[in-house]
Amino acid sequence: MIRVDGPSISNSLIQVRGLNKTYTRGGEQIQVLQGLNLDVDKGDFVAFMGPSGSGKTTLLNLLGGLDVPSAGSVTVDGDEITHMSGSKLTHWRARHVGFIFQMYNLIPVLTAYQNVELPLLLTKLSSSERRKHVETALGVVSLSDRMHHYPRQLSGGQEQRVTIARAIVSDPTFLLCDEPTGDLDRKSAGEIMGLIEELVSKYGKTVLMVTHDPLIAARAHTTLHLDKGVLVEAHKLEQGALAGGVA
Amino acid sequence: MKFRSLIFANLFRKKFRLILTVGSFAIALVLFTFLGVVKSAFNRGVEVAGADRLIVVDRVGLMQLMPVSYGDKIRAIPGVKYVTHDHWFGGVYQDEKNFFPQFVIDVENHRQVYPEFIVPDEQWNNFVKDRQGCIAGRRLAERFHWKVGDRIPLKTTIYGAANWEFNLDGIYHTDKEGGDEGQFWLQWKYFDETVPSVIKSTAGWYILKLDSPDDAVRVAKAIDEKFANSSDETKTETESAFAAGFAKQFGNIEFLIMTIGGVVFFTLLLVTGNTMAISVRERTNELAVLKAIGLTDRTVLFLVLAESLVISFIGGVLGLFLAWGAIPAVSAALTGLLPPLLLSKTMLTLGLLFALFIGAASGLLPGIGAMRMRVVNAMRRV
Repeated sequence: MIRVDGPSISNSLIQVRGLNKTYTRGGEQIQVLQGLNLDVDKGDFVAFMGPSGSGKTTLLNLLGGLDVPSAGSVTVDGDEITHMSGSKLTHWRARHVGFIFQMYNLIPVLTAYQNVELPLLLTKLSSSERRKHVETALGVVSLSDRMHHYPRQLSGGQEQRVTIARAIVSDPTFLLCDEPTGDLDRKSAGEIMGLIEELVSKYGKTVLMVTHDPLIAARAHTTLHLDKGVLVEAHKLEQGALAGGVA
Repeated sequence: MKFRSLIFANLFRKKFRLILTVGSFAIALVLFTFLGVVKSAFNRGVEVAGADRLIVVDRVGLMQLMPVSYGDKIRAIPGVKYVTHDHWFGGVYQDEKNFFPQFVIDVENHRQVYPEFIVPDEQWNNFVKDRQGCIAGRRLAERFHWKVGDRIPLKTTIYGAANWEFNLDGIYHTDKEGGDEGQFWLQWKYFDETVPSVIKSTAGWYILKLDSPDDAVRVAKAIDEKFANSSDETKTETESAFAAGFAKQFGNIEFLIMTIGGVVFFTLLLVTGNTMAISVRERTNELAVLKAIGLTDRTVLFLVLAESLVISFIGGVLGLFLAWGAIPAVSAALTGLLPPLLLSKTMLTLGLLFALFIGAASGLLPGIGAMRMRVVNAMRRV
């Protein structure tokens, strides 16, 4: 269940309360997020949409502990991450967040296997245990036969599959996807979305995704629009538009 | 180490750049090592000097001769155990480029004063009995393929343009590391009979062995006081001070070497520092991703430093290996112009430490930059 009205008591996996983010550019204060509230339960699949510069990626960075808010809080599975120190936040990210980027961001000098293994190098798993996890993750994304290929030897869709395998290999609490299909053709995009849906439906993963594409967003359980720094549910935005309100 | 594959994969990312950087290290290490062994060669006299030996020279200068009668007077001073004297011969063997040091020695106490120069008893006794005898160091004999029994002609212009001939009665060696096996000794008695009258009954310098090194200052003072206000006043100093003064006659070698070494150091630091900075800048996005997935700032610093250290280690070892092969050849080519160049274990260790220090220093700034990099900014930049 996804809510953007910010109830005071919630058992949601992810709770965002009064989130503000302000940037200073050229002496001018730009408020990107304004008192944003959000509750996401385990197993939810949320898509964030909005025009460029609306703060979608900023929100994703704040949820993933890559950036710190100007005000407000983000609590994940009981841990409030907004006041964690840098190193504690790094350890938290390694344990709880799987990142899937638009440009794949694989290490070009490492094979698919080595790329997927990277998050596990931060754990205490033995080499054989790591191998088992990596092979499983690559199996989930149907790339077991490409594990010793370098990124340059893979197609864009295959590279994104490796990124997904890297994101899920350490079994994180939730996945953050920043335009996961933005650099792919329609067919590959469909395959990647099928894979993400499978992660939600079959493996119970919680997924938060940013996209520009309404067709891609439609595959999520809920689509939220970022509008003037706050989140609006898609159907409410449509109602507002029909009433001549929100554009 | 878990990140080994990542470190080595990054190293081989730009193979040509890696080869150039490792090559810079290797060449710098060859130069560093060469400078080190040259410095060591000039200082070897100081390093191998006996702590219980004093050298007495004429106060005017080393080339000024002193009466041979000084020997008995010096021996009479309490604390002096043995006294011997040497002369510089300055002969030429076949050609001037075949330079080697030749000393006219007093056979009476030479072995007692210089126990580190080992001559088999039989050879020494033959030398003592043979007025035209001579003894050569092992390295010198090998250089000219001499063997005991050979007749060795020398020409000298110092004592008249005379042709001298000597019988090689023995070959000495030394077990002391860095010890000089390049000397040539001939007998003072034969020399004294042959030289012009103005040089007869003289000694170039005296070498004395003390009962105890603790007596050095007192004995040196006593000797110089004894010959004060005489026609040949003396200057007495420890053998190491004498050797250091002798080396300084060639100019301020140490300053020259330190200056060149400093230039090598900073050039290498700039080259490798720049290489590492470029390498890190090219990978900003990748480093940001690594931080995003959970690598700590310290681990990122470690990765950059490890790369830099591996490059410096490979380059350093390669450079030292090249130096190890090249220095004996250079030493052989420069025989007579420079003292023997010896690459010691200490120098090899110093060279490797030098390389690793440069590696750490050149990786530090880019590493700190990568450590402080904010993921969000880095991802936005690319």
